[in-house]
Amino acid sequence: MNPIIAELENEQKKKTLPNVEPGDLVKVFVLIKEGNKERTQPFEGVVIKKQGCGFRKTITVRRVFQGIGVERVIPLHSPKIEDIKILRKGNVRRARLYYLRERTGKAARIKEKVTR
Amino acid sequence: MTLGLFGEKLGMTQIYNEDGLVIPVTVIKLEKLTVTQVKTKDTDGYNAIQVGFCEVKKRKLTKAELMHLENNKLPAFKYLRELRINNPGNYEVGQEIDLAEFENIQKVDITGKSIGKGFQGTIKRHNFSRGPMSHGSKNHRLPGAIGAHTTPGRVFKGLKMAGNMGNQNVTVKKLSIVKIDKDKNLLLVKGSVPGHEGTMVSIKPSRTVWNSN
Repeated sequence: MNPIIAELENEQKKKTLPNVEPGDLVKVFVLIKEGNKERTQPFEGVVIKKQGCGFRKTITVRRVFQGIGVERVIPLHSPKIEDIKILRKGNVRRARLYYLRERTGKAARIKEKVTR
Repeated sequence: MTLGLFGEKLGMTQIYNEDGLVIPVTVIKLEKLTVTQVKTKDTDGYNAIQVGFCEVKKRKLTKAELMHLENNKLPAFKYLRELRINNPGNYEVGQEIDLAEFENIQKVDITGKSIGKGFQGTIKRHNFSRGPMSHGSKNHRLPGAIGAHTTPGRVFKGLKMAGNMGNQNVTVKKLSIVKIDKDKNLLLVKGSVPGHEGTMVSIKPSRTVWNSN
C-alpha cells in the first residue's frame, strides 16, 4: 500500500481493540443521533463472522429479536462504535458460524470457552 | 473560473464522515503548479496560463523545452499544461498557484488515462451477448453479422468490433470533494478515478450549476 494512504488510515484507526472472536457473546455500544442529541444504543449478540483486515475490519453480530434473526455488521474502527464488551467467550470450531441461522432455541447455543 | 489542478493518483481507501458512514475515496497527491508562461489575447490570440509541474533532471528534456524554462530561470518540469482562464493578467511567470482558489468548490471533473485492457473481443469491449455454448453451436464469442449484402455493399464506419480497449483518456464528472489537505497536498474525492495508481490526472471544477449547492 502507498505510505501516504497507510498514514491516512492509521490516523483513523483506534489504538486498542478488544480481541473479538467468532462465537463470542458481545455487547456493542453504538452512538446514534436523535435530533440534536447523541446517545448510545447497546446491541447484544453472537459474533458469527470476522471480516477484512486492519482499518477495514468488521464483525457481524447476530441476535434473535422477537423471533426474528437480526444481523448487524459492525466496522470496528468506526467513530460511532463507542465500546465493545465481551460478555462470554465461545468455544466454536468454525470461523464463520452461518449454521446458527438455521437453528433456533436450544440448538443455537454455543459452549463457553474455558481458559486455564 | 476554469483553473485546474494536476496530481498523481495514489489509490483508494475509505474514510468515515460525521454521520459515521464509510465513504470510498480516491487519494490524489496534488502537484505544486508553477506558472511558466502567460498567454494573452493580444500576444497569442487567447487567454491562458501555462503551468509546469513534477521536477526532473535536465537531461530528461529536449533542448527546446529546457530553454523555454531556463530563459525564465525555472527548473526542468516533466509536464507542461495549459489552463484557459479569463484573467491571465493576475498571474506572473514563476508564481505558484495557491490551493485557496479551490476552497469553494464541491464537485470536480477528473480526467485520466484508463487502464489498458489490450485487444479485446466484442463481448468485453461492447457488452455483446454470447452465443450458446452447447447443443452443437460453434458460435461462442463471435461478433455475428456486420452488415447487409449488395446494398450497401460495405461495412458502415464506426461499427462495434473487436479491438484495443482502455488506455484512453476518460473523464469522470461530478465527483464530490471530501477533503483537501493543504499541508500534505492531498485531495480526497468520493468514488473512483480512471487509471492505474501513479498515473497523472487532471482535475477541473465541474460546471457551476453543480457547484452552487
